[in-house]
Amino acid sequence: MTSGHDTADIKNHIKVYMMVFAALAFLTIITVAASYLDLSSGEAIFLALAIASIKGSLVASYFMHLISERALITWILMLTAGFFFILMFIPMASLIDQARLG
Amino acid sequence: MNIPYTVEERPDTGLYNAKLGIWLFLASEVMLFGGLFSAYVFLRFGAPEGAFHEWGKELNIPLATINTMILISSSVTMVMSWASLKLKDFKKYKFYMGITLLCALGFLVIKYLEYTAKFDHHIYPSTNTFYAIYFTLTGLHGLHIIGGMVVLFYLWMPGSKMWHSKPEQFTNRIETVGLYWHFVDLVWIFLFPILYLL
Amino acid sequence: MSEHTHHEESFFRKYIWSTDHKIIGLQYGFTALFFLLVGFSLMMVMRWQLAYPETPIPFVGSLFGEDGLLLPDIYNSLGAMHGTIMIFLGIVPLAVGAFGNYLVPLQIGAPDMAFPKLNAASYWSYLVGGLVMMSSFFTEEGAARSGWTSYPPLANIEFGQTIWLIGMIFLITSSLLGSMNIITTIVQLRAPGLTWMRLPFFVWAQFVTSFLLVLAFPPLEAAAVLQLMDRVVGTSFFLPSGLVVAGEVMEVSGGGSPLLWQHLFWFLAHPEVYVLILPAMGVVSEVIANNTRKPLWGYNSLVFAAVFLGFMSFIVWAHHMFLTGMGTTMSAFFQTTTMIISIPSVIILSALFISLWGASIRFNTPMLFALAFLPMFGIGGLTGLPLGFAAADIYLHDTYYVIGHFHYVVAPGTIFGLFAGIYYWYPKITGRKMNELLGKIHFWPSLLFMNGIFMPMFIQGLAGVSRRLWDGGLEYAHAAGVLHWNEFMSISAWLLGLAQIPFIFNVFYSLRSGEKVDNNPWQATTLEWEAPSPPLPHVNFEKLPEVHREPYEYSVPGRNRDYTPQTEPKKDQY
Repeated sequence: MTSGHDTADIKNHIKVYMMVFAALAFLTIITVAASYLDLSSGEAIFLALAIASIKGSLVASYFMHLISERALITWILMLTAGFFFILMFIPMASLIDQARLG
Repeated sequence: MNIPYTVEERPDTGLYNAKLGIWLFLASEVMLFGGLFSAYVFLRFGAPEGAFHEWGKELNIPLATINTMILISSSVTMVMSWASLKLKDFKKYKFYMGITLLCALGFLVIKYLEYTAKFDHHIYPSTNTFYAIYFTLTGLHGLHIIGGMVVLFYLWMPGSKMWHSKPEQFTNRIETVGLYWHFVDLVWIFLFPILYLL
Repeated sequence: MSEHTHHEESFFRKYIWSTDHKIIGLQYGFTALFFLLVGFSLMMVMRWQLAYPETPIPFVGSLFGEDGLLLPDIYNSLGAMHGTIMIFLGIVPLAVGAFGNYLVPLQIGAPDMAFPKLNAASYWSYLVGGLVMMSSFFTEEGAARSGWTSYPPLANIEFGQTIWLIGMIFLITSSLLGSMNIITTIVQLRAPGLTWMRLPFFVWAQFVTSFLLVLAFPPLEAAAVLQLMDRVVGTSFFLPSGLVVAGEVMEVSGGGSPLLWQHLFWFLAHPEVYVLILPAMGVVSEVIANNTRKPLWGYNSLVFAAVFLGFMSFIVWAHHMFLTGMGTTMSAFFQTTTMIISIPSVIILSALFISLWGASIRFNTPMLFALAFLPMFGIGGLTGLPLGFAAADIYLHDTYYVIGHFHYVVAPGTIFGLFAGIYYWYPKITGRKMNELLGKIHFWPSLLFMNGIFMPMFIQGLAGVSRRLWDGGLEYAHAAGVLHWNEFMSISAWLLGLAQIPFIFNVFYSLRSGEKVDNNPWQATTLEWEAPSPPLPHVNFEKLPEVHREPYEYSVPGRNRDYTPQTEPKKDQY
């Protein structure tokens, strides 16, 4: 957030917060409903993670103001995200590789 | 000699110190939960086909859905309490912060009910790897909620005196603690589907 | 800190519960040096068992058992605790906690760290973690005995590990808080005019190091929590089904994987290697630039190499796991990244070597240590290459070759770098120089005996002698030809211990009797030398500096002095 918000600015923000809140509630219901559908496990995982990612980015972008945050913060988070995915996938890849060998 | 940029932004970075600090802290939190998520993926992959899904069926989806709603609401009231300070409305700040705390408490109560229901059915962390990671992830998340509540309570009651002496710094404090609180919400947004729904 | 200078602070507030980065730095420094000594002492005891197996230990034997013999369990405890103490309680706190804390604010012209209270909290968390670790020696179960790597399933079932894990959680928390503080300080509190490419290389090294700590330590904290769950609550994160211990199937819920620990552990522990080495490289660069009286050769390449090194260090970790049967694709991937990461290390080392070219070097004690760092780190680094190749590693894995390799990096490498730093900045901290003669009496034997300890390890390792053997390998025929080296190595280790006495004496002796110096005894350019010696409590500088120049303007032709401080304005330079 930059300094020097005027009142009108903040009031606009509040409208956005309410819209985001509605979207989050809606998506929560969708994701729960989808879990009762008869999807294959691959599809279910994809759908649930996709919805969670949308919700997560809404929270990060609007509540945490990342959408208007300074470049430095964005860079740090991109770096973190990169390492996060490495941490997530390489151990899994090593399992797959191991399984391939039998 | 005061330390520079505790309140005002440094021109070239556009940040005050605590904001950079809290984001670095959150980055490390991402990696902390990253380690646990990685464990989840690894164990799920190593378990028999579909076992995690089967084991997870014991969990109470309606309660968790309510909890998700509660945490999302608390995130909104959190950001509203910050916006109230920006509008110089201290009363509203107190109101929204109070609601945030109430939501957090509600979340913990429901979590407690869920835990005890599991124990009543003789489901423990040692039951299988799914419950091991379930209890670890939700337990650690719960600790984050409790830690956050302590700070929020401080800023709600005794710490709020600062508003009258240093309003700008106090608003910054609410912003930084808000970032933490939204992060805890964000973690839950991912925990909910991977533990309850998949 | 607004309440500075004029009113007197109580002793307690000033030296114990201080928020001044300099005091905290010194607290870190003394605690870490103490732990280094403890960790080293454990090793001196272990070396007795290796040199003279099953003979009673002289002097201190009664501490370890009734007849003064070192039993296998205790040997394992000492080994695990030696590694843990040296890395997590000794070098990291010394390199990042002490040097980072004391020097980063000074070198960037800041009055203190960005978060002074957090800084104090990180020191106290470190001390608590350290005391928890040490307390495990006095419990009934004894200290952890599964190596510093704490591999499950062994670590899940061995005694003493629970306290180790609790201690680690404190230590990790401490490092996280400290490194966030350092990053924020560097980003936010740089003096006016101190742009990124004007930062001394030491600050860059601390910056990259801190990022490694912030992003790599949390997964180990997660892993420590998981192992704690395994031990306390009975989960099976790291225990597979049907695990057989001492001939019986263990009663566990199973389904876990020991490999999971290895992934999470090495995700930290490989970047950790660079956490250990980068600050030392930073120190050495400062000392070399100052004592060659030349700008560092290739400052930009040094900076970019350090940053690249930081990045790469996150994707090489599984080269510690070639023998776990990961599969060939993964091995090939990690072998490749490991070869790539050697490039920035070589760039840094080469740049430092080339910096010496054509210089009229001042051979004072800090410079001797810095110069010794270069070949020692070189040996450590180059002997790592065969370990990075999956095929060669199959033979060398877990032999003394590995021990020799990483000790060359850390002991005569990092520790020499840090010694250089202590001798170099001591005048800034105390206002007096350390005694040169004692310094040289410290340096030459240290160099000699370090090599005496670690060089034969390569010989033993190439012969196939495994690490962590209580009898040093007596049971194995293939070891018979090289075991006589053990006595030589042990004697070197004890003599190395003796060689540290002049250093310890020097630190205290020079406090009172060292040569008095002014603010800038080494005619250096960077900002810390603008501050009084010692720097003012809480504010450091009489007037916060402004920066006009690059960090290493030594011997610039045409100027009347062979150094130009960073604060000197550009227009009246000649």
